[in-house]
Amino acid sequence: MTVTSDTKVAVLPEVAGGDWTRRLGRSAEAILIPAFAIVASALIFSIFLLLLNQSPVEFFSLLWRGGFGTSFSWQNSLVRASPLIFTGLCVAVPARLGMVIIGGEGALVLGGFVAATIAIPFIGWGSPFVVMPLMAAAAIATGAVWIGFVGVLRHYRGVNETIASLLLYYIAVAIMNFFVEGVLRDPSDPNKPSTPQIGDANMVGNIPGIDVHWGLVAGIVLAIAIWLLMNRTKFGFAARITGGNVRAARAQGLPVGRLIVTSCAIAGACAGFAGYFEVAAIQGRANASLAAGYGFTGILVAFLAKQNPLAVIPVSIFLGGIAAAGGLVERRMGLPDATVQVLQGLMFVVLLVSDTLYGRFAIFRGKAGSR
Amino acid sequence: MNAESGIDVVLLAMFAGAIRVSTPFLFVSLGECLTEKSGRINLGLEGTLVFGAMAAYAISYQTGSPWLGVLAAGCGGALFGAFHGYVCKLPKVNDIAIGIAMMLFGTGLAFFLGKPYIQPSAPHLPSLDLGWWSSNSSVKSALEVNPLFFVGAALAVVLWWAFRNTRYGLIVRMTGDSAPAALAMGYSVNWVRFIATTIGGFSAGVGGAFLSLYYPGAWSEGLSSGQGLMAVALVIFARWNPLTCFAAALLFGAAGALGPSLQSVGITQGYYFFNAAPYVLTLFIMIVSSSPKRSLKGAPAELSITK
Repeated sequence: MTVTSDTKVAVLPEVAGGDWTRRLGRSAEAILIPAFAIVASALIFSIFLLLLNQSPVEFFSLLWRGGFGTSFSWQNSLVRASPLIFTGLCVAVPARLGMVIIGGEGALVLGGFVAATIAIPFIGWGSPFVVMPLMAAAAIATGAVWIGFVGVLRHYRGVNETIASLLLYYIAVAIMNFFVEGVLRDPSDPNKPSTPQIGDANMVGNIPGIDVHWGLVAGIVLAIAIWLLMNRTKFGFAARITGGNVRAARAQGLPVGRLIVTSCAIAGACAGFAGYFEVAAIQGRANASLAAGYGFTGILVAFLAKQNPLAVIPVSIFLGGIAAAGGLVERRMGLPDATVQVLQGLMFVVLLVSDTLYGRFAIFRGKAGSR
Repeated sequence: MNAESGIDVVLLAMFAGAIRVSTPFLFVSLGECLTEKSGRINLGLEGTLVFGAMAAYAISYQTGSPWLGVLAAGCGGALFGAFHGYVCKLPKVNDIAIGIAMMLFGTGLAFFLGKPYIQPSAPHLPSLDLGWWSSNSSVKSALEVNPLFFVGAALAVVLWWAFRNTRYGLIVRMTGDSAPAALAMGYSVNWVRFIATTIGGFSAGVGGAFLSLYYPGAWSEGLSSGQGLMAVALVIFARWNPLTCFAAALLFGAAGALGPSLQSVGITQGYYFFNAAPYVLTLFIMIVSSSPKRSLKGAPAELSITK
């Protein structure tokens, strides 16, 4: 109760201070505080490395070189950024309605698996013009149904979406393993249980000139489209009202249930699309490698981007770079392969703690005369 | 006759599994129950569980004493809990999001520090042999119960009793139901929640120690696979009652033992589906026991997850 009255007092003089300065201050705040959090977590991680007798300077310079130092490492980073854009959107869209969905990995895995499966009858003879859209549509639909189900549970049964979506991730992996190690297993590969190769003709190619597949372009286009949807349409406006205050949205007669389920389905469609590109542009088949953790890094992407679909793009490239460089740094310095995971986890924690800084600095409030 | 003994074997294995597999569920859910009763939710217990498992294994290997390992796991878990408890009192910090971050950070740190301990074998916790009266070897092995199981069971009873009958229980419940009321009575809401989250973390850490030091009994990266999170769901299902938590943990343990039990009698078809049984069961239970309209009976009113 005290909180609402506090915010009211804080908001009123801001409006008087002029709309554009306030907006500018707020976006500066939304960029500077996460940036500060990244720097702070890098410092904490440096102390951690020093305790382990490792050089932080070497670590971060290797990380930079491996992620963004050469054109080769840039390409590598962009390839990893592509699924992160999709999975970041999978978290960012429901977040606008106040939901925290962390099971995007499940929609990615299942989407990729269904895409690989639906291609099986066409392998060798089907025209790519039929097979490729079919695979993509199957992956998108699977993801949409998978996370849409979480939205249904949330609205009609009151089931907590965070826990439900993570449980569905484990179930998705179990479903894929069941089929991949059973009826759909490719008999020609005795080592790694996988579905049959979808064939070179059905693979997604690279963007001309660079060694990065079209998934990156698709991700960027999708991020822009979702930003437009959430910020420039009636649907997005209704969704944001629902996220701000469900009761007010209900009182306005907004279809809260439909908004929740649709947003979750859009989120799942994004993650499923990531699964399609992982199969059709990288792996060529579905197996346990699909669960590579992109869905979980996507949570961090969305939170770092402050749930803004446009900001998801640069943040994905940033974290994709760290992921791409991780292997190199770990091998070079003899660190365990969970090093990047520790850094990401630390970044996530520090970022969330830094949420407490919002509104503390007068300089961001854009009031005339205040410093 | 043959089929019947097959069913017997499966049932016995599930009974044994219920006792074995349920223990980590029990510790995590009791810790979470205490935390949630105080009005805060800690989703990071999955990370705490994994970290506890790693810490217990490492300390047990280094010192040769598994009980020291359990203590170390508890202390590690308490540290995680204390951090969560402290950070969540800051304004604008969301306890659910911090929980997710702690889950990723805890598992990451455990994998990082636990890398050297994947190969060596550490001394395990001893078990109590309660099957001395039976000549059947599978009954005997089913009744080899770890003392931690009884500790957990006792903890459930104590917690249940303390919530109802003690001053501290009342303070925790009041903080969870109405922060203004607790404030009016002169208690620091943040302090109560800090303590409750810290103790909850300790308990989850001990649950992790059971995983690595008794069953499955080795440190590996796929050790927990969501058990900490299922335990959080279990608390909701158990309606924040420690005794029901105990019963629910046994149920989850039995479900978790379904896959391995069927495999022990040679049913390997659908192994992955049976292994997914605990997740499906958790989801099913959440669907059945939640409601969109009324708040759940026994739910602490301050809890963000049921609002």
